Amino acid sequence: MTTDTHDITVTVNGTPYRRQVEARLLLSDFLRHDLLLAGTHVGCEHGVCGACTVLFDGAPVRSCLMFAAQVDGHAITTVEGLAPDREHLHPLQQAMRDCHGLQCGYCTPGILMTMKVFLDEMPAPSETQIREALSGNLCRCTGYQHIVEAVQLAAERLRG
Amino acid sequence: MKPAPFQYVAARTIEQALQLKAEYGDEARFLAGGQSLVPTMNFRLTQPAILIDINLLAELAGVKNGAGDRVRIGALTRYRNLERDPATARRLPLIHEALPHVAHPQIRNRGTIGGNLAHADPASEMPAIVVALAGRLHARSKTGERWIDAADFFVGALSTALAPDEMLVEVELPTAPARSGACFMEVSRRRGDFAIVGVAATVRLDGEGRCADARIGLCNAGEVPVLAAEAGKSLAGRKIGAPEIKEAAALVQGAIDPGGSIHASKEFQRHIAGVLTARALAAACQRAEQAA
Amino acid sequence: MNVVATKKFGAPIRRNEDARLLTGQALFIDDVELPGMLYAAFLRSNVAHARIRSIVASAARARDGVVAVYTAEDLGDYWAPGPLLVPPPPIADIVFNARTQVPLAKGKVRHVGEPLAVVLAESRYLAEDALGDIAVELDPLPAIVDLESAQTEAAGRVHEDVRGNVAAHVRQSRGNYAAARARAAHVIARRFLYDHGASSPIETRGVVASWDARANQLSIWDTTQAPVFLRNGLAAMLGLSERQVRVVAPFVGGGFGPKIMLFYPEEVVIPWAAMKLNRPVKWIEDRLEHFFATTQERGQTHDAEIALAADGRILGVKDVFLHDTGAYNPYGLTVPINSQCTLLGPYVIPNYDSAFTAIFTNKPIVTPFRGAGRQHGVFVIERLLDLAAHELRIDRAEIRRRNLIPPDAFPYNNEIIYQDFAPLSYDSGNYEPILDKALEMIGYDRFLAEEQPRLRAQGRHVGVGIACYVEGTGIGPYEGAKVQVQANGKVSVATGIGTQGQGHFTVFAQIVADQLGVEVTDVDVATGDTDQFYWGAGTFASRGAVVAGNAVNEAGKAVRQKILKLAAEHFECAEEDLEIADGQVSVVGIPGQAVKLGALALKANPMRGAVKPGTEPGLESTQYFGPPSGATASGVHAMIVEVDPQTFTLEVLKYVVVHDCGTVINPLILAGQIHGGVAQGVGNAFYEQLVFDEEGQLLNASLADYLLPTALEVPHMEVAHTVTASPLNPLGIKGAGEAGAIPVGPLFAQAIEDALGLPERKIELNEIPLSPGRLFELTARLR
Repeated sequence: MTTDTHDITVTVNGTPYRRQVEARLLLSDFLRHDLLLAGTHVGCEHGVCGACTVLFDGAPVRSCLMFAAQVDGHAITTVEGLAPDREHLHPLQQAMRDCHGLQCGYCTPGILMTMKVFLDEMPAPSETQIREALSGNLCRCTGYQHIVEAVQLAAERLRG
Repeated sequence: MKPAPFQYVAARTIEQALQLKAEYGDEARFLAGGQSLVPTMNFRLTQPAILIDINLLAELAGVKNGAGDRVRIGALTRYRNLERDPATARRLPLIHEALPHVAHPQIRNRGTIGGNLAHADPASEMPAIVVALAGRLHARSKTGERWIDAADFFVGALSTALAPDEMLVEVELPTAPARSGACFMEVSRRRGDFAIVGVAATVRLDGEGRCADARIGLCNAGEVPVLAAEAGKSLAGRKIGAPEIKEAAALVQGAIDPGGSIHASKEFQRHIAGVLTARALAAACQRAEQAA
Repeated sequence: MNVVATKKFGAPIRRNEDARLLTGQALFIDDVELPGMLYAAFLRSNVAHARIRSIVASAARARDGVVAVYTAEDLGDYWAPGPLLVPPPPIADIVFNARTQVPLAKGKVRHVGEPLAVVLAESRYLAEDALGDIAVELDPLPAIVDLESAQTEAAGRVHEDVRGNVAAHVRQSRGNYAAARARAAHVIARRFLYDHGASSPIETRGVVASWDARANQLSIWDTTQAPVFLRNGLAAMLGLSERQVRVVAPFVGGGFGPKIMLFYPEEVVIPWAAMKLNRPVKWIEDRLEHFFATTQERGQTHDAEIALAADGRILGVKDVFLHDTGAYNPYGLTVPINSQCTLLGPYVIPNYDSAFTAIFTNKPIVTPFRGAGRQHGVFVIERLLDLAAHELRIDRAEIRRRNLIPPDAFPYNNEIIYQDFAPLSYDSGNYEPILDKALEMIGYDRFLAEEQPRLRAQGRHVGVGIACYVEGTGIGPYEGAKVQVQANGKVSVATGIGTQGQGHFTVFAQIVADQLGVEVTDVDVATGDTDQFYWGAGTFASRGAVVAGNAVNEAGKAVRQKILKLAAEHFECAEEDLEIADGQVSVVGIPGQAVKLGALALKANPMRGAVKPGTEPGLESTQYFGPPSGATASGVHAMIVEVDPQTFTLEVLKYVVVHDCGTVINPLILAGQIHGGVAQGVGNAFYEQLVFDEEGQLLNASLADYLLPTALEVPHMEVAHTVTASPLNPLGIKGAGEAGAIPVGPLFAQAIEDALGLPERKIELNEIPLSPGRLFELTARLR
């Protein structure tokens, strides 16, 4: 079976990148190893664990289920683009720290990207709604409880 | 778990996509949402030579009116857009009720109705709904186009009536008529997992509150979505109460041939089919009465 | 005992490591990028048991982008079975047959997933392409998968020279069970099945090795929980001195036990390949491989009986069980010994006769996974007590209460040998208050008297469960720590264990911060780097905080003494007149008389003058701590569950944990450990099961079908603590890492039985995991 390469221009965290990629290169591998944005983590490569979740044109998607060749002309946000600057954390990141919402930290980037958009769309969620939104991200360390508390705290702070 | 090598084309027009599919047949696969296809490629269970990306074909997405009371959903319509569309909630309540059970929000952000239907997993919710509603599927190829009744579309597990050169371009469904109620229910191991069994029930009442029409579709009750026709017919013309529902549920259990899996034995699937039929019919009736 | 419990120790301090993890700036194994790096993929057996007739790799070698392909033959003298990591404990009449895993299969494959060959290529994509080019001829043999039939000659042998596939036979006893049984008012006997699963951390395993031929140094990054042991073993295998090898365990995305298994085939092959090819080599396990290539736990079958007096007091317990150890047993008997010992629980069991046979099977290797066999034992005793409660018509909580070890009986000696090779002795404990608190928090009496009948009348099926356990933690051999005040006033701490999310960077900082009067954020902690600290055992068996934490404490104390001595000389005053706080040493009552710690550190390392004989330069100390035996933590879990009587799906309405792990260092981190353990317990009880068929094929090798619980399956948990300090270490602490996972199985069984009224209908749930489908089968008689 033969392969081919494709020229892509993709904006990641606000920065445009022009690269040539092999057709089958997964978006997760492209971000991590071509762009050296290693904050996005790979857990399963079959779309179940959610660790690789990034924003594709603002919507959370599994980067292990997309090919780099597909993202030409699109915008991606990864966890490296979440904090407003080096001195400050996004309220969700800060709340995760304050509530001990991460232990090993491996699933955390995927959860941050998912919940960031969730809070944008649902600024005053109930615990049930938070758990439903979280159910597409697997965590093996925390038992989810402190993550839920962190999202509640972040929601409160974002509402002012 | 990296996929095998392939060539990739981002089709700019439907004609280009169909031309390539005609050329390569089964060696080419359409890439829509990729949420079903790409996992199988990463496991190397599927190894297409050519991937035809159809995500640029905007004309394939969106919900339009069909003839009469029917609605046409473009194959490339993302589940997340259907989920958020108030018109869909009103006109296609079965779909609206089923969507939260389909995988997870991140999957639904990319996953399309056409991709899901063409994948034809017997445990998938949408094929069962399309069969329950007696929908039609619109297929196009380089040489022509045709409409396929839902009952004929799903021919086996992961297998449809689409020819090697055809693309599914839209699905047409009847909208909920007056004095009707619908209910979708499933039992799964975790939210978002494939259903152990799922039931889609619609009930339409006549002026006297008797059942004019009832349809019951099931997912994961066989190699293809099942329309429990006899059970539905058993309710026609009658006032639906507990005994009628019980009888219909028993008929459904007799009509299905679930395959069993590591998550549920056939007996358990059959049992759940009966339980959910009863519950879904009761809910559908209640909603129909409220709508009347 | 001088517990230093001031403002940092004991406080819910936010973690030092979080900013890096939250911004994607923490180094995990697959983030290691080295120039010229090659990528490895392993060809793995797709049959469970076979003789290898041939492996032909020439086509693979010829593929573009492939640099090398190696089989067992290519390893030459380097090929050898791995060492026995944990020898059998000193138990009389023990039968033990050690058979350890090999780097690449030679002659025979013994489980699906066993590595046959390794491909090194310019990318993982190309390496996987080349796997298909390797021609393997296998002569399949019948797969040995069932524990009972495995003991017959007809089943065949996993290892040619091991009859009956008996990996081990161990019998331990206390008192005289037969006599106890003879005078018992009741004897209840049952068979119990307990299955545990795959650890499934979100990050799989990985190894990166880089050989610098000019510096003569080998650097290895590995997701291991035991970097020091790994360094020592690999150095010996590769013919290097320990000083030539550096092992770094970077940030690790979850360990849970299987990452402390050592000398995995990949760990042994990758460094060798890196040296042979003189190029860095990276291997990252993918999720599919994880189900076969990383160790896991599996099942035990117990035939157990309990002998009771008329009032429900336990006279004795007898247990005979089979343990599935998989194709090899490098980790010895840790898991079944834990089952055997932890069955005794917090109860007075004066007569105990326990025997197990560990069986080789054609399945992946079994080594400890969070709980490490304790779950199996706890399930047996808790279920026996529930059966006894029903038969004797004694309340389930009450029968437990009557059997608890009283608080004045400690240290309590259970006599039989535990996994640390010492007699099982509980150092301290006060169990009844824990039970009382759990009953109060779950509202046990009110639930049974009022809520349950009221809800039943509404047609709802709700039940309550209560389960008790102990957990042996904090075992030796030892850990060490080096604490040093630096010239900039910050404090560095180094220890040999690794970190997989337990908050060591913060917890150890808390211990030191109070000793040395600095902020927690001014203490940087290095773990998991053999160049930073030479000695240690690893992170396992709930021992990190206890053993390494105490070593940190000893080193901190020693540095504090040096600070006081030097400052007293500097100020020409007595040490008692000094105070260390806010990063400086000051004379009490004399404002202005203060010296910053950093300045003192410089003073301790002079460019002129002399360091007195018998003292050392700098403000630094290395200390070790080795507890004489493990500290026993304990707890009670309680749960209210609602079960749908038609679909058998369930919802946990309330979940309570009351836990005693002695003195608490950081309550936030402790709560996280409990929550995480319970979540894994919930998975074990109702969702996770590795399903093997008769051919030894794993039918659910994906996260779509191996069901890890999500935020919708794990309930909200209420956690409370009691504190019964351990007399075995100066900080009084006990371990807590595994506690959450241990009693959840019997808790689910009991609560579901209560919800569905099963005991009255003579249906028993004596197996784990359960599921809606399994409940449907077990209640078939009722329909």
